[in-house]
Amino acid sequence: MDMKNTFTCGNWQKAIDVRNFIQTNYEPYEGDESFLSGATERTQALMKKVESLFALERQFGGVLDIDTATVSSLTSYSPGYIDKENELIVGLQTNRPLKRGVNPFGGIRMARQACEAYGYKLSQKVEEEFRFRTTHNDGVFRAYTDEMRQARKCHVITGLPDAYGRGRIIGDYRRVALYGVDKLIEEKKKDKAKLSGGTFKSNQIRVDEELYQQIAFLGYMKEMAAMYGYDISRPAENAREAIQWTYFAYLASIKEQNGAAMSLGRVSTFFDIYIERDIKNGLLTEEGAQELIDDFVIKLRMARHLRTPEYNELFGGDPMWITEAVGGMGEDGRTLVTKSSYRILNTLYTLGPSPEPNLTVLWSKQLPDAFKRFCAKVSADTDSIQYENDDLMRPIYGDDYAIACCVSAMKVGKQMQFFGARCNLAKLLLIAINGGYDATSGIHIGPQMPVMDVEALEYDAVMERFEIYLAWLSHLYVNTMNIIHYMHDKYAYEKTQMALHDTDVERFMAFGIAGLSVVADSLSAIRYAKVRPVKNSDGFITSFETTGDFPKYGNDDDRVDLIAKDMTHKVITELRKTPTYRSAIHTLSVLTITSNVMYGKNTGATPDGRKASAPFAPGANPMHNREENGALASLNSVAKLSYDDCRDGISNTFSITPQALGRTEEERINNLVSVLDGYFAKMAHHINVNVLNRETLMKAYEDPEAYPNLTIRVSGYAVNFHKLSREQQREVISRTFHEAL
Amino acid sequence: MSTQTGAVHSIQSLGTLDGPGVRFVVFLQGCPLSCGCCHNPDTQPLDGGTPYTAKEIVEKAKRYTEYFGDKGGITLSGGEPLLQAPFAGEVFSLCHEAGIHTCLDTSGCLMNDDIKKLLYVTDRVLLDIKYTNEDMYQIHVGCSLQAPLLFLKQLEELSIPTTLRQVIIPTLNDNKENISILQEFAQSHRCVDSVELLPFRKLCQTKYDAMHLPFPFAHLPEPDANTMKVLSDLIHK
Repeated sequence: MDMKNTFTCGNWQKAIDVRNFIQTNYEPYEGDESFLSGATERTQALMKKVESLFALERQFGGVLDIDTATVSSLTSYSPGYIDKENELIVGLQTNRPLKRGVNPFGGIRMARQACEAYGYKLSQKVEEEFRFRTTHNDGVFRAYTDEMRQARKCHVITGLPDAYGRGRIIGDYRRVALYGVDKLIEEKKKDKAKLSGGTFKSNQIRVDEELYQQIAFLGYMKEMAAMYGYDISRPAENAREAIQWTYFAYLASIKEQNGAAMSLGRVSTFFDIYIERDIKNGLLTEEGAQELIDDFVIKLRMARHLRTPEYNELFGGDPMWITEAVGGMGEDGRTLVTKSSYRILNTLYTLGPSPEPNLTVLWSKQLPDAFKRFCAKVSADTDSIQYENDDLMRPIYGDDYAIACCVSAMKVGKQMQFFGARCNLAKLLLIAINGGYDATSGIHIGPQMPVMDVEALEYDAVMERFEIYLAWLSHLYVNTMNIIHYMHDKYAYEKTQMALHDTDVERFMAFGIAGLSVVADSLSAIRYAKVRPVKNSDGFITSFETTGDFPKYGNDDDRVDLIAKDMTHKVITELRKTPTYRSAIHTLSVLTITSNVMYGKNTGATPDGRKASAPFAPGANPMHNREENGALASLNSVAKLSYDDCRDGISNTFSITPQALGRTEEERINNLVSVLDGYFAKMAHHINVNVLNRETLMKAYEDPEAYPNLTIRVSGYAVNFHKLSREQQREVISRTFHEAL
Repeated sequence: MSTQTGAVHSIQSLGTLDGPGVRFVVFLQGCPLSCGCCHNPDTQPLDGGTPYTAKEIVEKAKRYTEYFGDKGGITLSGGEPLLQAPFAGEVFSLCHEAGIHTCLDTSGCLMNDDIKKLLYVTDRVLLDIKYTNEDMYQIHVGCSLQAPLLFLKQLEELSIPTTLRQVIIPTLNDNKENISILQEFAQSHRCVDSVELLPFRKLCQTKYDAMHLPFPFAHLPEPDANTMKVLSDLIHK
């Protein structure tokens, strides 16, 4: 069958243009979920095997097996299967399911420690291989200044991708299905040839070498697929191939890279074109279509990387952020919801709730009503999906963008980002008040000034101080990121993923902040209540006596909400003053993953009354249980933060009891739809929705074995509750649950 | 219009249980009754509460209009909002000017001219008929059953869509006779379009403890789900 005869023609045939292929060929679906099929016997049997592997993995302390002798790459393992005869979509990261490979390109020390944490030893062979090889981690630490090391050590900047893969890059995996690898190689060769006429300065030489690597790895991708018996040099010809080819491209990327977030992009509506064509031609049934999606999702749920315990502290729950953006609207006003948008959400029923893939619904006021209701139902049933504002992002990124990690939007195949973790704003406030001293670590850092010596802190004086330190930190932060990403490009370049981007790609540099609500409430306390600093015997301020009431972020009170909003504006404005590596565009996120616990642990008492070492609220959330006017007031506070200042995303995690959403399932669905419509009409960016009772979590805390599949949204992603550390679990339990009065 | 000031106990920005859709619920301070099952005893005292002008309340409510969808809006609850009828009336008038649906959650125990004015700007009433028996009303509520029935008559005259509500309390009103009388009230008034039975809940014990007050119905059990279903099924037939 020649696909060119059966698809509508368009620019996609003249250039690499997946969006154009989608727009000219997809069929919007405005109906409800009644067409969906359940899991077939085959799927159930396969899933049973997978479940028992997961159980085994839990018994082994979270890691089933490690291949310590093979460096992970596209062709370094023989083909692996769960159940070869019964798999519709094939391919595993290593030769056995859930066996983890080692990936020392980010840093050999991290790979070594990760092996040791689970009772393994990195093989001598790999150690030898890397003895004379520079890793990304080596490169970064050769260039880091003393001040950068100190900032890292005292945790004012933490979680930087200087010892692990940076991730947050989404290859346009669909290109492999639509064009076949040979066509992609041909185009990259043309791009490389174009360079030859110019002047070879460092930028151009770098691009030239990168293209060489991209072309080489597209070749390895073909070899990898051939090991499984597939020829992906040509385009996919049917639904199964389209899904298989796309998966091979993703698989190649996660074999090559162990980036923190390895997101998938926006594939379901692309798949839908092939699926609907096959169904129309009598080659596929609805049951068969669901099977293909189910099998694909099973593979995604098996993806793993080997991490150290320290890493898990930052990013709890062993996540991969295989984020798939679902739904949204097209620029022409047609919805991008298709039957396959339903099919991929349906996997939460056919295969059960799960944190991965990280299903992210792009919400628009204009989404078909039936789809909104289905999403709300899935949320209430599974706590496994998150929502992001398509009406806010579409005007900026067009209608073929996707989400990397949790909340980072980018045009698929046209934009990428340099991930930059986050700085600790609450700690910075304390360092400023102490004139350049971090009392938690005992490190002197930043401009040195006298400790603020006053009976009660005064807002204007504190802000003036804070701004001096913010300017200092911002400059340091950008420079640190510049080193990290220079070295990552040099020693751990993402050849496979970048081969699936346009050669002329737009780059973001994604900075982040933690502790926004702590800082906002602290500044509010300083302004509206009386905050007396208390010094220790060395003359440094280590605690505060706060008397009187003050407005708290999370109550829709502009007096404090605007402090938070202005703070993000100040931060991004300061960051922009220092130029970035490869002229990346500065962006900012308010997102913590689960690191809010660790950031809090390393931060002293704050003027808002938060005790030393107590966790921060996650992301842009108000501090736990400070909301006094109910859920919508809390949402309104977060919605005030400006996406213009925080283009890398504003994460809000929302937990509500089923009882507080309504009496019947019908009411709960309708009300959740209204809440989402309202929140996004306020131009808010993101929300995680959990519909559950605190008691459920407390039971799971006491008896984790009884709740192996309890999935909850934590901060831009979902986790199996049992995979969080005890500390992280306690923090999740202590969060605000909006309840019925 | 004069600007009325009301005493507000608390505000719940996301209410889904007191009226249709997503609602901004304002609990007013003060109630003339002292029902044994009351789950908000802290709203009963006639003094206290935070003063708000009607305009302030409506300005707050307006911040949530995006969430209301087709059905939602504001609900005044309490306490007993009828005690602050002039204030409640101004709140609802201003809401109507802003296109916000208005809902009144009341025991219907009072009637006067201010209340009649309030009802003119009320889009829906949740009328709590606590028992269907005069003696029980006198003992456990502190007024006559005739008061809410008179109120219901007024709602009928004004054709205000009404939900009858009743808290089901084991041994007191968890029986079929009670439900059939309640059903009769519903059927004999065309304004009543729904009846909601709510299970008696004892979570409020902590509120009584905090106020150092005895919880009058502490000795009674909560109804089980099956009883609630059996009684609710009687209603929907």
